[in-house]
Amino acid sequence: MSDQTPAQAPLPASESPVEVRRWAPEKDVIEVQRSPAPGAARSAWRAFRETARGLKTTLARVVEGPVTMQYPEEKVPVYPRFRGRHKLHRFEDTGLEKCVGCSLCAAACPADCIRVVAAENTPENRVSAGERYAAVYEINLSRCIFCGYCEVACPFDAITMGHDYELSDYDRSDLIFTKEMLLAEPLERTPLRNEGE
Amino acid sequence: MSVLALVGYYEPWWIQIIKAIVIFAVGLQLVPVVLIAERKLLGRFQGRYGPNRVGPYGAMQPLADILKLLTKEQFRPTTSVGFLFALAPLVSILTAVAAFAIIPFGDTQDIFGTKVGLYGVDVSIGPLYLFAFGAVAFYGIMLGGWSSGSKYSFLGAMRGAAQLISYEVSQGLALVGVIMTAGTLSLTGIVHAQGGMWYVVPQFFGFLVFLVAGFAETNRAPFDLTEADAELVGGYNTEFGGGRFASYYFAEYLNVLVVAGITTTVFLGGWLMPFGIHPPGWVDPIVVLAKMSLITFLFIWVRATLPRLRYDQLMSFGWKVLLPLATLNTLVTAILVVATH
Repeated sequence: MSDQTPAQAPLPASESPVEVRRWAPEKDVIEVQRSPAPGAARSAWRAFRETARGLKTTLARVVEGPVTMQYPEEKVPVYPRFRGRHKLHRFEDTGLEKCVGCSLCAAACPADCIRVVAAENTPENRVSAGERYAAVYEINLSRCIFCGYCEVACPFDAITMGHDYELSDYDRSDLIFTKEMLLAEPLERTPLRNEGE
Repeated sequence: MSVLALVGYYEPWWIQIIKAIVIFAVGLQLVPVVLIAERKLLGRFQGRYGPNRVGPYGAMQPLADILKLLTKEQFRPTTSVGFLFALAPLVSILTAVAAFAIIPFGDTQDIFGTKVGLYGVDVSIGPLYLFAFGAVAFYGIMLGGWSSGSKYSFLGAMRGAAQLISYEVSQGLALVGVIMTAGTLSLTGIVHAQGGMWYVVPQFFGFLVFLVAGFAETNRAPFDLTEADAELVGGYNTEFGGGRFASYYFAEYLNVLVVAGITTTVFLGGWLMPFGIHPPGWVDPIVVLAKMSLITFLFIWVRATLPRLRYDQLMSFGWKVLLPLATLNTLVTAILVVATH
């Protein structure tokens, strides 16, 4: 017997030729008893014990306190890569628009919600850094699926996905965002999650 | 006068009227408190806040709820029986208030030279009075369910009928042990008899059976098969709306308070304080209300914890577990009472 490994429970040596194997659960096996315990007293005790366990579980939730975020007042912080409402960008030094009206974003858009009409820059009216600029740039946010392909398609990082997700409105036409609305510094209404949070 | 004195009517008529008004008013005020307490506590038990928008900490929520219900249209299904449909919630609320009258909130007090008992009536048949009105309360549910002319209401009412009849037996038997030990049926007498030790200790099984049967009698979780929202869309009160639904709701919570009050009186020593403390008389109602709120908390706690029983489980538990336990408790108590006297 001494040469047996300690992990294996020694089976009881039976005198009979037919070996009776008893189920010996190992340490990592959790025993789950599904049927009522035999006997009136034991089953009654089990019912009582399990009820008490349930009561303890619910009372522990009271001690723990609520986990609710009170939404309009408290907001769940979004991750930095969260894809919310789009933003159009300008060069910080010159103030010129980054968008050159190439329509690559509109081509990449699977929901077909971006409309770009390009126009030539002139020396008197210089809007963007490139040859052309977007005379009309509209995103229909009621169609947008927030996939972020426009952001990927843009060769000048002119359009990025912001963090704003509170976009409900009373009228569908109000959800068509124009270039001015997308360029304007948005009201940062959404808290950003910190590193590692 | 002599006959009335025998049944405890020794107070002048005007004190009776004042007491009736005061107790009804207190009962009315307690129901919204239980309502908001239940909703807040259920929230906490489930890791959320519960109502917190109306008033400070949501305290005005029951007011808003009741106002909403009372300003709603009175309607009834075309298949309903109009007269009974209007009567059924009344029966429910009437029996609940009537049962509330016998809960003693304190001993007989000397208020400005007048002897006033801090209870509605000290009936000499206390528990019988309670069960009599409990039996009538079942008509409120039964008539409401039947007169709605809806199958869900009817199913709920039938379940309610079977459940109330089954559990009333165990509830009654659970009290017999106490009555034998105290030697009186008067609820104030039972409280006085608990001077030495509250009956929750010697009658522990009676206490458990009474409480569990009380959950069933008030149609509360885990015995809320009468309402079973998931399968019966609200049970007997499916077709009720507005003020009539409010009446049912009110009666339900008043019944919870009645069971809490009776449990307090019969098992937790009523207005008596533990450790031999004898406070002045005006503390008595506070002690009773504190004990009642403990029992009510237990009701809410159990509702937050236990899932609803299946119908066959309900029946087998009532008849095969609770009734034998109550009977055994009664028998053992009887033997002990005879042996010790």
